[in-house]
Amino acid sequence: MSNAKIEEKLFQNRYRVDAGRPHIGIKNADICADECRTQQCTVCCPAGCYTLEGNGRVVLITDGCLECGTCRVICEDYRNINWEYPRGGYGILFKFG
Amino acid sequence: MATKFDAIVVGAGPSGNAAAYTLAKSGLKVLQIERGEYPGSKNVQGAILYSDALEKIIPDFREDAPLERHIIEQRLWVLDDESFIGSHYRSDSFNKPPYNRYTIIRAQFDKWFSQKVQQAGALLICETTVSDLLMDGDRVVGVQTDRLGGSVYADVVILADGVNSILARKAGFRPELRPGDVALAVKEIHFLPQEVVESRFNISGDAGVVIEMVGKITKGMMGTGFLYTNKESLTIGVGCMLSDFKKQKCSPNQLLEDMKAHPSIRPLMEGGEMKEYAAHLIPEGGYNAIPKIYGDGWMIVGDAGMFVNAAHREGSNLAMTSGRLAAETVIELAAAKKAFTTKNLALYRNKLDASFVMKDLKKYRNMPQIFHRNPQFFTTYPELLNKAAHTMLTVDGVDKKTKEKQVRNSFKQKRSLFGLMGDAYKMWRAFE
Repeated sequence: MSNAKIEEKLFQNRYRVDAGRPHIGIKNADICADECRTQQCTVCCPAGCYTLEGNGRVVLITDGCLECGTCRVICEDYRNINWEYPRGGYGILFKFG
Repeated sequence: MATKFDAIVVGAGPSGNAAAYTLAKSGLKVLQIERGEYPGSKNVQGAILYSDALEKIIPDFREDAPLERHIIEQRLWVLDDESFIGSHYRSDSFNKPPYNRYTIIRAQFDKWFSQKVQQAGALLICETTVSDLLMDGDRVVGVQTDRLGGSVYADVVILADGVNSILARKAGFRPELRPGDVALAVKEIHFLPQEVVESRFNISGDAGVVIEMVGKITKGMMGTGFLYTNKESLTIGVGCMLSDFKKQKCSPNQLLEDMKAHPSIRPLMEGGEMKEYAAHLIPEGGYNAIPKIYGDGWMIVGDAGMFVNAAHREGSNLAMTSGRLAAETVIELAAAKKAFTTKNLALYRNKLDASFVMKDLKKYRNMPQIFHRNPQFFTTYPELLNKAAHTMLTVDGVDKKTKEKQVRNSFKQKRSLFGLMGDAYKMWRAFE
């Protein structure tokens, strides 16, 4: 699935983005690029927040995050993700849930 | 805020609301903290509501709860790529009140439940994330939030903060989740005119249909799909063990797209307008994955405690029951003027053990491992069953005895006689 198609879906969702304060971060981007062979976050994140760049680096944009926790749980070999909930009131706001 | 509360409940999902409601109703001073804009705005479920667990908390919930449809028909589909073989159970006895279960839309249901909590006297604060537990040595004495400008104190803190329970993890009450302990589910809601939903599923009034699905839709991963009828919408979703997603490098979004394109499913969704896409982890590790659920000044309820019966697709009823039992523990101890020590809060565990929550989880404790190690239940068998039906139902001049032999041979070829016997045993072990 191309990320464009996921973006179309996420467009239906309601978010309040905490601009400039992402609630999830990659601890050390070099580990993703140089050590992690599988980079499963780029496939398993249901919102497609993680993209694999041509140079082998993983880029994270949290705006469409569904706050499920998948990326944190699958990164079990390197524990390379800082994962917090957004500040109160921010992030995904499910209309139906 | 210098006020001290009898109890703080973190989270306003089914378990948190059940706990806060029960506590407030008994006259205790309760603070409930929710990180969403309103209760329900962070919560995701299929969603089926089982009446019994809620009835034990709010007996007359049917009077004003936002319920979509009561279920009169359950379909179980075993799918291969082109077909499904399945069973339908429909009964008019399910169409007579009091109804046993309903489809619900969580954002609306949780908001309603929360209103009941507030009417019972609890103080609810939304748009506030609890960042840490406040400790006095090993004892939990309150919470630190990102909003109230500091700390709030209570005699006991109930963690109802969901499957990811960052608080329990930070405090060292439980380890990080493992991919084999959780299923990742993705779902969409599609809106259709009410009369289209009703004619398509052969229902009327508030009656509804659910379809549970296993087979090739999960591409060999351990998991299930579902399609539920709401009043004027359908929810469709699929969930598989996260360890399988990881192993197969499978995109959950693509999995759902392929499922929606299945020739038996697509016509049911035809013309619907997709209005939301959601994802959620479901704690499906079962009995063996349950962490420590109480300690000095704290208890864990709901998904945070991994209380989900994956075999029967039950979670919110276990959540509500655990929330209620935690609250009843607090009420009993408070009445006896006992402190909320680890020793005294063991009463919560005893209550859970005596309830269906732990009894059911214990009964199915082997199931996650058995299905995990035997993917044939999700690939080979659905294919064999569908092929068998196809062989028997195709009229082509071949005599029936020969056809039966073909079917028998196809099973033996794929799994061998010992394999078949072993699988039957494993199936029995999983459900014993």
